[in-house]
Amino acid sequence: MTKKHWENFKPYIWLASFVIFSVGSFWFGFDPGKTIYQSFTKSFIEMITFIPFLFIIVGLFDVWFPKEKIEKHIGRDSGIKGILMVVILAMLQAGPLYGAFPVAYILYKKGASIKNIFIYLGAFSTLKIPMLGIEIGYLGLKFTLVRTLVALPLFIAIGYFMEWYLRDKKFKINEV
Amino acid sequence: MNNALIFISFSIFTSLVSFLLDRQKTILGFKKGFKMFKNIVIPFLNILILVSLLLFIVPPQMIVKYLGAGSGAIGFAIAAVVGSITLIPGFISYPIASGLLKQGASYSTVAVFMTTLMMVGVVTLPLEIKYFGKRVAILRNLLNLIAAIIIGILIGIIL
Repeated sequence: MTKKHWENFKPYIWLASFVIFSVGSFWFGFDPGKTIYQSFTKSFIEMITFIPFLFIIVGLFDVWFPKEKIEKHIGRDSGIKGILMVVILAMLQAGPLYGAFPVAYILYKKGASIKNIFIYLGAFSTLKIPMLGIEIGYLGLKFTLVRTLVALPLFIAIGYFMEWYLRDKKFKINEV
Repeated sequence: MNNALIFISFSIFTSLVSFLLDRQKTILGFKKGFKMFKNIVIPFLNILILVSLLLFIVPPQMIVKYLGAGSGAIGFAIAAVVGSITLIPGFISYPIASGLLKQGASYSTVAVFMTTLMMVGVVTLPLEIKYFGKRVAILRNLLNLIAAIIIGILIGIIL
């Protein structure tokens, strides 16, 4: 096997080992292996019955509500409209929380209020649409709804608190 | 199964509406979605293998003991600390959370684990300090930790 072949194969190494392990387990009647295989198939079915559909929805959202366009309209809007805009912008994102910091910097540069910047961070961490989809798939609609409805007022409150706390402390966000 | 039905019907509905509004855009959306799915599917399968292995190795009694309804404040605290410190992407943590629930962990422990994972980042704190400064970054994490604990407790009461 050449180096290039190896690089191509690398991502599949776990999968390949698992297939060999499972076939071996059934061949030799290794019960723990069978149990692990059965638990894998269960979670695989659980995943494959909703993840592809989730990505259809996410892909469509991506073309109909491009983030860049919404970002343009965000900034000095205050009140409910401003909050709504940052929450929607956050919901359209993907990725881990540290990916939100550069966007927070952009919002700050565009003149968004301290309150809205922290509401953005809160919404980013808990309300991203792809993640909500996965959450509904794995933990159920009820769990997701309750968690979201409890989280929303909490991070809006954090936004108001931060704005009040930082009101005369020369708050700024640095470009990193 | 119920969940699959929600996703299937909702994706059919959005596809239809989108298709009627703009064919080109819809096809572009499908392509984007498929690309994202392709990027995620192999790591996802690896995680499912790992979770199946872990759930076999870690006996359910142990999960019930440390993270179940009877574990009380200790289980809750373990979940909050682990969730705050570690950095696990959502598509990995949700299958784990679902596995924990099935093995007897309580809703409030799982909720506080998930919300601290999402909202509190000890590992990324140095990076956050670079953006916001020490005081604001630490304050944000502290407030989010408090919020996550409230969320965990309320979910435990409601569900």
